[in-house]
Amino acid sequence: MNKVLFSTISKKFIMALAGLFLLMFLPVHLAVNLMLLKPDPEPFNKAARFMATFPLIRIMEIVLFAGIVIHITTGLIIQIQNWLARPVGYAGGSKSETSFFSRYMIWTGASIMIFLVLHFFNFYFIRLGLVPGNPDDFYTVAHNLFSIPAYNYIYLSCFLLLGLHLYHAFSSAFQTLGLNHRIWTPVIRIISLIYSIAIPLGFGIISIIIWKFR
Amino acid sequence: MNTLDSKIPPGPLAQKWTRFKNEVRLVSPANKRKLEIIVVGTGISGAGAASALGELGYRVKNFCYQDSPRRAHSVAAQGGINAAKNYQNDGDSVYRLFYDMIKGGDFRAREANVYRAAEVSNQVIDHFTALGVPFARDYGGTLDTRSFGGVQVSRTFYSKGQTGQQCLLGCYSALNRQIQKGNVQIFPRREMLDLVVVDGKARGIITRNLITGEIERHSANAVVLATGGYGTVYYLSTLAVNSNASAAWKAHKKGAFFANPSFLQIHPTSVPQLNQYQSKLTLMSESLRNDGRLWVPLQKGDKRPPNGIPEEERDYFLERRYPAFGNLVPRDVASRAVKERCDAGYGVSETGLAVYLDFRDALKKQGRKAIENKYGNLFQMYKTITGIDPYEEPMRIYPAGHYTMGGLWVDYELMTTIPGLYAIGEANFSDHGANRLGASSLMQAAGDGFFILPVTISNYLAGEIRSAPVPLSHPEFEAAEKTAVARLNRLISIKGNQTAGSFHRRLGKIMWDHCGMTRNEEGLKKALVLIRELRDEFWQNLNVPGTIYELNQELEKAGRVADYFELAELLVNDALERKESCGAHFREEYQTPDGEARRNDAEYAYVAAWEYTGENTPHVLHREELKFEEVELRERSYK
Amino acid sequence: MKLTLKIWRQKDARAKGRFVTYELDDVSEKMAFLEMLDSLNRKLVESDQEPVAFDHDCREGICGSCGIYINGHPHGPVPAITTCHLSMRYFNDGDTVWIEPWRAKSFPVIRDLIVDRSAFDKIQAAGGYISVNTGSAPEANSIPIPRKNYDNAFDAAICIGCGACVAACKNASAVLFVSAKITQLALLPQGRVEARDRVRAMVEKMDELGFGNCSNTGACEAECPKEIKIKSIAAMKREYYKAF
Repeated sequence: MNKVLFSTISKKFIMALAGLFLLMFLPVHLAVNLMLLKPDPEPFNKAARFMATFPLIRIMEIVLFAGIVIHITTGLIIQIQNWLARPVGYAGGSKSETSFFSRYMIWTGASIMIFLVLHFFNFYFIRLGLVPGNPDDFYTVAHNLFSIPAYNYIYLSCFLLLGLHLYHAFSSAFQTLGLNHRIWTPVIRIISLIYSIAIPLGFGIISIIIWKFR
Repeated sequence: MNTLDSKIPPGPLAQKWTRFKNEVRLVSPANKRKLEIIVVGTGISGAGAASALGELGYRVKNFCYQDSPRRAHSVAAQGGINAAKNYQNDGDSVYRLFYDMIKGGDFRAREANVYRAAEVSNQVIDHFTALGVPFARDYGGTLDTRSFGGVQVSRTFYSKGQTGQQCLLGCYSALNRQIQKGNVQIFPRREMLDLVVVDGKARGIITRNLITGEIERHSANAVVLATGGYGTVYYLSTLAVNSNASAAWKAHKKGAFFANPSFLQIHPTSVPQLNQYQSKLTLMSESLRNDGRLWVPLQKGDKRPPNGIPEEERDYFLERRYPAFGNLVPRDVASRAVKERCDAGYGVSETGLAVYLDFRDALKKQGRKAIENKYGNLFQMYKTITGIDPYEEPMRIYPAGHYTMGGLWVDYELMTTIPGLYAIGEANFSDHGANRLGASSLMQAAGDGFFILPVTISNYLAGEIRSAPVPLSHPEFEAAEKTAVARLNRLISIKGNQTAGSFHRRLGKIMWDHCGMTRNEEGLKKALVLIRELRDEFWQNLNVPGTIYELNQELEKAGRVADYFELAELLVNDALERKESCGAHFREEYQTPDGEARRNDAEYAYVAAWEYTGENTPHVLHREELKFEEVELRERSYK
Repeated sequence: MKLTLKIWRQKDARAKGRFVTYELDDVSEKMAFLEMLDSLNRKLVESDQEPVAFDHDCREGICGSCGIYINGHPHGPVPAITTCHLSMRYFNDGDTVWIEPWRAKSFPVIRDLIVDRSAFDKIQAAGGYISVNTGSAPEANSIPIPRKNYDNAFDAAICIGCGACVAACKNASAVLFVSAKITQLALLPQGRVEARDRVRAMVEKMDELGFGNCSNTGACEAECPKEIKIKSIAAMKREYYKAF
């Protein structure tokens, strides 16, 4: 049974499932973030409080964290195996026609991970009391952060990388789950493209508006 | 002295095989596990035999020179595999398949063997289907067939243009199952250097590990050679460039008679030679002649592009000469007709050594889609090689060396003249006479390997249960290894300045020019002189860099070419000796006024089995008279 | 035309390899790539140097022996062909050509451009067959197979086992190769009987031999000389999930 559970295919399966779950979380987060654009901090803070206290959300939060950990762990194990599978590379490089971003998933993924640490540092850790700040007013925390140009640069480039990660991830997850279809696979690719543009664009526009126009 | 006993079972033709099976001596399951069998070669016959013998419980050692058994040259067979299923309700039967083969072989094959091959053909299709070979199917899910040259029924099962590959992979999968079970041990990248004969029986082989160069000894209770044909004697042929005759030749020198060596099939439709460096000719399947029409311009030296030549200025020479069979005449007939047109100056392309194979009419009638379904990969391959798109412009084709009907002489049990040494598939001579019909090589190879050898071999092995195992330190093993190493050393120490490949190319040219599609006494005698001269030069001027005990591809080639020099001489002598034209062996002196082969049944209705008598003494000819009890000898006409 | 060849030379599995530069000035565009290497080897042998070792056999694109990584592509830059079918007309005068062996931990170099692909045979032996003994097969037409299944099975069955998928994959993954056999047999009624055991055994063997994971990059599909599609990988995965 272990061999089946830890086979290359199973690991990818688990990673893909975790990834797909994370994909569902992003639009929710984006919806909450849109409230940052309101001049009144209360709706956003209310939403943040709701997210922090509502029991079902709390349970989902644990699942979400588990998803992140599983996605990252399996991703890393898979990557290490992959590096080991080709100890010597090609001097002439590899010019095979591939889905371009698929080659850099580990690097886009790693950048996102670094961003997540930063993000947790800024918000989540405040709530846990690990970092100073007012856990009841994330609105102000966010606005303060977006007024720092350097933060915006990091924020925007991380979302660009996230977009690249998502572009391959979304459609690839379906292939990994064994879902490849003459008609549906191209449709999934298009949805994947729309999703991977819309999500980073949404987050990015929020930060730019606050940074430049508030 | 005539030492040949073909051991054909008595009784009516149709009952011989059943009768043999009823009476064959058996080996008990417990004893099978004590018996070891060496199978050299992993093509359809070799892998088929190894897997079937493994299933029976024998301990099998299977060898091939390739890095994997899946690469044996059976993989390249394109068009199909025959069987007498009569799925088309077109009057086919075992008898008709048998008769077509006997006639196609120009009445130079052994009736009993051919009948048996036809008889097991249906089992072969069943077995391949069960192994998961994807043969083409009709919309109702049943198996589809197509027509092939030399017959008037549709009995050829196929997997697009990759039938050989699919059948071989079927054999390979059966072999893998036995490897996994531990019944078969596989030895890839091994070349057989010699046969070990102990007390007159085949008891083992000497091999060279092609990676380390190590010389190895393997013993067994019987040895099976499934090592294919010797078509690369022409250098340029449709065979794999590493295909060779060495294993069979070594066995021959140890006492196995070599039968009908000059029966070498030239396939009519191959991509013509494009340049002087060419290493290989690529076949365009015979199945293409189902829809493609062969033609040359009516005007000598007509340089117009083919599509610019109007219908009335085209000579569809096969349809003209052979109205009954048209473009689907057997290979030998088609090849000679192509050669005749080209020699007369009607050939096309820069060299004048090509004719058109045109699909214009078929494309018009059936549409591109239908043609693509049938021949898509062949058209693609043609385009890849030549840069010409056969959907737009006719293919250019020319004959090329392809298959050897000749091979080690075997009796009805597929045993050579050395007890315990068997030859199956293309390596033996038995089923195709002087010419093989299309799609019957896969059929014969699979029949031999899966269904015939596993039965007949027990007749011999039943008597071997008590014979003592031969230790690898036996003097015969010592001697065989010493000879093998001495020869490798000799090759490597010449230190001249020419490659084995260049000698091979020159030898091939001699053979193609003088012992190819047509032969005559003068040319053959000249060839003998040229071969000897070149052989002397080879032994003085060859260069093989490196050592024996490492991967050394030049050494491998040199050994094979050295054997080819000896085989080529025998081939020419056999062609000289057979003063008639039959099948692929066309002696210009013996032809009818309209250029067809003239057989001489009164004097030459025999198998020429040659015995090796020593380095400097001539081969001795033994004749196995061919008795035709079932069929009447007739002129072979396709008109 | 004139070509500069950068060829990987390595004496044996243990030796350290390096690129050696060769200049050829009489390459004809009518040559096949392997014939160009033949001509180089001929020159090397005539001057008593060790020729470049490479695997090749049928030279008509079906045996799967040849496999050279040329200018960043397995089997060279032309799609859907094997190395032996690569014509020199795709190269230009003055080109530098990088010629390397397949690179994968599971395909160790034996010498120069020759690698050991026996891992593929081991995967096939683990379960790439239908267990039927000679003589026990039913009448061939007794099991009708839908035309579509036959077509799809055939498309997977044409794999030649050359290893280009592994060579092309950034992870040296063998899934395309493994999936081809699994898909072929899973589509046929005869093969369904053992489908569960087969996919588990073959995947387990593939993992054990150290091939990488599939990242769905599609490089294998782009480089497969027989144009086997990654939909067959998805099909294999479905078989695998079913086998739980």
